[in-house]
This record gives sequence, structure tokens and C-alpha cells, in this order.
Amino acid sequence: MAAKNMLFSGFGGQGILFAGKFIAYKGLIEDKQVSWLPSYGPEMRGGTASCSVIVSDTPVGSPIVSNPDILIAMNLPSLDRFEDAVVPGGMIIADSTLIERKVKRDDVTVFYVPATQMASDNKLGNLANMIIVGKLLKEIGDYTEDGLNAALDKVISARHADMKEVNLKAIKLGAEY
Amino acid sequence: MSDKILMKGNEAIAEAAIIAGCRHYFGYPITPQTEIAAYMAKKMPKIGGTFLQAESEIAAINMVYGVASAGKRVMTSSSSPGVSLKGEGLSYLAGSDLPSLIVNVQRGGPGLGGIQPSQSDYFQSTRGGGHGDYHMIVLAPASVQEMAELTVKGFELADTYRMTSMILADGTMGQMMEPVNLDLDVKPAHEKPWATTGTQMAREHNIVNSLSLVPEELEELNFKRYDRYKVIEENETMFEEYKVEDADIVLAAFGIAARVSKNAVDEARKMGIKAGLIRPITLWPFPKAPFKAAAEHAKAFISVELNMGQMIEDVILATESKCPVTLCNRAGGMIPDPKQVLNSIIEVNGGMK
Repeated sequence: MAAKNMLFSGFGGQGILFAGKFIAYKGLIEDKQVSWLPSYGPEMRGGTASCSVIVSDTPVGSPIVSNPDILIAMNLPSLDRFEDAVVPGGMIIADSTLIERKVKRDDVTVFYVPATQMASDNKLGNLANMIIVGKLLKEIGDYTEDGLNAALDKVISARHADMKEVNLKAIKLGAEY
Repeated sequence: MSDKILMKGNEAIAEAAIIAGCRHYFGYPITPQTEIAAYMAKKMPKIGGTFLQAESEIAAINMVYGVASAGKRVMTSSSSPGVSLKGEGLSYLAGSDLPSLIVNVQRGGPGLGGIQPSQSDYFQSTRGGGHGDYHMIVLAPASVQEMAELTVKGFELADTYRMTSMILADGTMGQMMEPVNLDLDVKPAHEKPWATTGTQMAREHNIVNSLSLVPEELEELNFKRYDRYKVIEENETMFEEYKVEDADIVLAAFGIAARVSKNAVDEARKMGIKAGLIRPITLWPFPKAPFKAAAEHAKAFISVELNMGQMIEDVILATESKCPVTLCNRAGGMIPDPKQVLNSIIEVNGGMK
């Protein structure tokens, strides 16, 4: 893997930045070069939240992902805004509970995961983000339980240690979908 | 790699300052640097330090003046409009030869401007920032690791030369997270026999002051200060060269613009265009030597900036007009895409055939 340029996007409050941070930490633990860059500003309050994540074998140049290899779209505005930016041959993972339309592109691989519905059905609160993360890891061939545990330890503070189990459950659900 | 953690650039600056022995922070919140103040607010009380949210930027910089006079490591941070407010204090710090660290996480301007990343305070920073003849040492990090390392370096240079060091970052550098190793090399602190720490009735009074009403004496102070600047220019210049040795097209860029430019250099090389990059790490003193040397073999220079073209003037001066220098830029909070920089390289390269 030379570099994976990923863009996570959705509503503020969906855990977009957290999901990106988790992927970045997982890369760091696995000795990859990583960067994580959030969008910031008034748009984060109730509007679109997004972050650029790069995981690479070589040093990261620009941390800004304008043409992602992988787009995680957790709401319709995100898909509308970034669908065309995905590189040909790239991947889109969409939360199909919140995005009713299909992806228009035919030169990218698309996975529809009803993550918000799955989270609600499994009493996983607002962990739709981690269900999507599970699917992402599975599809890029990066799903190992050891890696998950170590990365979760990094992103979940000691105060919220009890959240680790449900996060693992959510990731597993997504990976198996 | 387990010794590396992910940190935002702003947080890395704050933690590095604490590691460097800074126990006094004064600030006032402004996007996109507020994480520095937030980090200090959390940490300083736990380690016996001072965190104080001042009533304004002007108050904060004058508190910095006070602590610096007492010989302690001290810092403040802000973003563009806030740094303008600190301008008077920066000049007084220079006039009193006081060491301090100022962080400017730039946003688009002028005026209140926007909150997205910018490099449009290059002129303001490299030419002093306030009134009078003076310079600050201006350090331009291009990674979260450098945000930490240059913070330590900034304190050390400030103490060595009794002047202000500025970290000139931008919103991207402040907000992005990258792995950082905080096992930083910190040199022992300097003695500061000039500091106003109380005479204990055992020595003459130390006076820290920027007022000097006798022109002959004030001239002498200015001459001496510039002698010191000359030493800094000779000894403290820092830069990074990337594929410059055989380059026809040499880019000049710092901070986030350098990261974008590196991508463009790699793409240009893939197309068979010999491109390279000189990244100034000290913006003052400006690294003239690598530019002068590159001008011997380069056909053209491109200054890549997040402003309307400010560093380009230093590039023109440093290359002594031996090569054409063009500008590739975005402004107002926009960031050039590697493709835009690549197109600029292709255009300049083609224009020479």
C-alpha cells in the first residue's frame, strides 16, 4: 500500500472526527505514516463535519485530501458534495439509512451499509460511525482483532473505558455486514 | 513507534513549551489556535504554572513583558487579528531586549478576515510586527513534530539572543494531527543576570526599559541590536532542500504550502520535469544561501504561498534577479491544490523552451 487517502464526512455529532482518529491511530500503531485533518469552523455546528485521513508507507506530503481513494459518506449532503471527487477505481461507503439515493458513479466500488438503522436495532446508540469503520477495515483487508483493541485503547479515554466493548461490537457488526 | 502519539499541532506547541520549562502562559481565545490556551488551562495549574486568560490580547502581551523582565520563560499565542493587537507589545519587548515566545496560527485577512488557514502575515512577522527598527526570529513549522521542536528551539534562541521568537504557523498546522515524539532535547536554561528579580540589597538595580531619550545612546542601542542580528543571520538560518541539486524549476514554500509543493515536485519528477523545493524553516533570518546557490543551475523559481505574494520578495532578493520568479498562490483561507502547483511548474517549464 503506497497511500490511502480517506475522507470521512457527515453531520456534526455522528462521530466523524472520532472515526477518522481511530483509523489514524490504527495506522500509527501499525508503523504507518499518518495524518488527520479536520474541517473546522462554523460549519461544524450542526452542519457538515469532515476530516481527511492519510495512512501511508511513505511520509505524508499534503495532509489535505481533495480526491479521496475512499469516501465515507454518512449523510446525503456529504455524498452530494464529495461523490465526484473520489478517484476512479476508488471506494465509497455510504450510510444507506440516511442516504436514500444510489451513487451515480459507475467507476467506483460502492458499499451501502444501513449503519444508523443497525446501531439502533442493536442498541448501540450513536455508534453508526464505528459500524461503518468495521465495514471499511474489512473491505481494505485491514480487519484484525489485535489491531482494533490497541487502537481503541488509544482513542477511548480511561474515563470512558466502559465504551470499548460496544465499540468493538459495532465494528464487528459492520465487518460482518 | 509506541513512543509516538497523535497530537494536534496546537497541542504539540503547548506541551513542548511546558517541556521547555515555560510555566507562564497568557492568552485570549481566537480560532484557529484556541487549543493552545485550552491545553495550558488544563495543564499549568497541575504543574505549579500560571495560565491566565487576559482581558485582551494587549493585556496578554504586556503580561508577557512582565514575566520576561523577571527572567522566566513565557509565551502567548494568537491568530492574525490578535497578533496585530500585540504589535505594540512586540515592539516594546524588542526595545527592552526581552526574550519571549509568540505563536501566530495564521488565518485569512486583512481585518477580522476569516478563520481558515493563511500565510498572509509573512510581511508583518519577518519585518518585526510593530514600530521601530527590529526583528523577531520567525520559525515556520511544516509538521506537528516541528511545531514541538521549533517551540523548544524558539525559547532557546530567544534566551540566547535576548529577543522574541515567533512560531508562524497556520490553521492547518494548528488543527491537524500527526504522530509526534515528545522526547525533546532541551538545553539547560541561560543565566539571566539582567533580570529584575530583586536585589536582595546585594547588587545594583537592574533596569528593563525601552525608553531612551538621548538620540546618541538610542542609536548605539540600535547598532548593537543589529550587530546581534548579524550573528543570528550567520549562525541560525534553517532550511530544508528537497531534490534541489539538479533542479531546473525550484519551488520556494514554507509551512503547509511546502507540504503541498512536495507532492507537486514528486508529480513533476514523474513527468520528467526536474523540480525541487527549498523550504525556509527560519523566515527571519531568511535562508539566502541555498537560493543563491540554486540560482546558479535553476531556470526559474516559483514561490508557493497562501497569500498575495509576500515571501516572493525575499526569493527575488536572495536569487539576485538571476532567474525569473513567479507566484503560485491562493488567498483568503484557500489552500493551493498540488495540481495547481504542478500546473504552475509545467507552465513555467514549457515557457522556457
